[in-house]
Amino acid sequence: MELFQRASNPWGQEILTHIDWSLFWWALGVGVVFAAIHLFLRRRLRASEPAVVAGDHGGTVVRHTGAARMFHWVMALSMLVLLVTGFLPQVGVQFPWLTLHWVFGFLLIASILFHIVHATFFQSLRNIWISFGDLREWLQEVRHSMGRGPGPARKPGKYPVDHKLYHHAVTLSGFVAMITGVLMMFRIDSPIWPRDPYRFSDSTWGVIYVLHGLGGVVLVTLTFAHIYFAILPEKRWITWSMIHGKIPRKNYLAYHDPERWPSEEGPKEEAPAAAAQPAKAQGG
Amino acid sequence: MAIIHDMMPAFELYQPSDLDGAVQLLDRHGDDAWALAGGLDTMDWFKDRVKRPKVVVDLNGIPELKGVREGADGGLEIGALTSLTDVVSSPQVREKFPMLAEAAATVATPQIRNQGTLGGNLCQDTRCWYYRGGWPCYRAGGNICYADTSSSMNREHCIFGASRCVAVSPSDTATALLALDASMVIAGPRGERVVPAEEFFLGPGIDITRMTVLQPNEVLVAVRIPATFAGARTYFEKARDRQSWDFALASVASAFRMNGDTIAEARIALGAVAPTPLRAKKAEAALRGQRISSQVADAAGNAAVEGARPLRHNGYKVPLMRNLVRRAVRGGPLAGEGQDAAAGG
Repeated sequence: MELFQRASNPWGQEILTHIDWSLFWWALGVGVVFAAIHLFLRRRLRASEPAVVAGDHGGTVVRHTGAARMFHWVMALSMLVLLVTGFLPQVGVQFPWLTLHWVFGFLLIASILFHIVHATFFQSLRNIWISFGDLREWLQEVRHSMGRGPGPARKPGKYPVDHKLYHHAVTLSGFVAMITGVLMMFRIDSPIWPRDPYRFSDSTWGVIYVLHGLGGVVLVTLTFAHIYFAILPEKRWITWSMIHGKIPRKNYLAYHDPERWPSEEGPKEEAPAAAAQPAKAQGG
Repeated sequence: MAIIHDMMPAFELYQPSDLDGAVQLLDRHGDDAWALAGGLDTMDWFKDRVKRPKVVVDLNGIPELKGVREGADGGLEIGALTSLTDVVSSPQVREKFPMLAEAAATVATPQIRNQGTLGGNLCQDTRCWYYRGGWPCYRAGGNICYADTSSSMNREHCIFGASRCVAVSPSDTATALLALDASMVIAGPRGERVVPAEEFFLGPGIDITRMTVLQPNEVLVAVRIPATFAGARTYFEKARDRQSWDFALASVASAFRMNGDTIAEARIALGAVAPTPLRAKKAEAALRGQRISSQVADAAGNAAVEGARPLRHNGYKVPLMRNLVRRAVRGGPLAGEGQDAAAGG
């Protein structure tokens, strides 16, 4: 299997041109295999999760503000349109994709700029930032789920480590795709700026196209995994929170450490004994 | 860059005797296969060693792909492997759609028209020499258009419809068939489909590596021309550097259904100015319900070039196209206006 497509330019130099488009299928395949493995291990993974205590524990806790939810869904729409318009033409489904692709690319960039400002000034970056302590706890939790190690790790704050890892992977691949995508706007006619396809040499353009493609295929896998977790029955309370903004207080107490993530309303009662047990990290 | 060789690379040759067999062969070999009609475009590609299929499926032994037949609605159905000479000389074509015969008669030379087919003329690849030279341009699967640089020679390239690639559709018969509202009959593994000419040709915005909707496992079987414009007022003109064996710099094909002196319905197609043969819809709208006059012809000519975006060396195509459309409306050059006058302002 080739990872990249190469060609000879008019000066006889071998240059990169694109990723090999079979990588799209590989990326989708990795997502499917990951989901299959997770489904296979799901019962065992759930066995180590804390039981959610039935009963009224004070209603709900705000998990996502309206602005955060709006950002998420705008970003989700943009990402899906970008992946569909980016890859379907390469696998044989032909339609006028280019204008849709760059328009939604700019919508994605605008939404991410909003997110950066919103997260920096109106939320706590510490919620999503990953630390060595997080990684140590994650390894401890993995060992625990395999029946090894000293015991379960401490419950996470707002986001478990796997959510943070996912966010960092999306951030990295998304920024690669976005930065290269903005540069690629110089290759086409658009109202943004005059076309200048000769801003870089053809070998540099080749690297830009390859990076854009790599960012895209990584996002295919990540998006697939994200949708998979979003529709799992045991994760739907998290998915619903991205629609109406709140999670049940009992889930808050069961899966999160109120000291690490004080809820907006604040805990209305002490966490019950069962919920005080360390929780299994959420999501993928 | 391509190097002309004396010998073509070896390939397996299949010569099916029926359409089903041809489709099965193409389907079995997929992207490795090449459908051969007259071979005029094909041999260039093979000798340049730019296209190197493993399998060639020769369609010439399939009788049902040849000949001119009456259509169900009084129009015509022309087999895709009918030679251009047969199209030119067909009494049915000359009676009902003389514009198609005129367009076919402008293709290349008599020898090439004897060998070349209607289907091959419609499906031929673009003549952009950067692409045909084997350079890794967008159309060849790369990420650059060598014809659209500050130093490119792009005199023959497009003024409409560029989307990264600026190559033009080279087919003369395509322009005429688009004006005549023809449809393409395509056979594939899942049966037959009929595609209007306007949707048959693909621009680079949809698929930058192909000129038509034909899939590798499909065969263009025939062209159906409805009776809509049979006997209508038609016009075809092809402007080129020399009067034989040359591709169009610009061409126009028009078909008007008249209601007395008034144009009831107009279809105007422009050739060699866009990646696909192009309907001049604004010009058509400007003509509908109008009586033919110099003013109306001027208005249609101006409307036809609205939105044109010339490249560095093909600005001349704008007045050329405008004047060709004027002539199409008037039915020819004005008295004393020669062929060269079309290129004037």
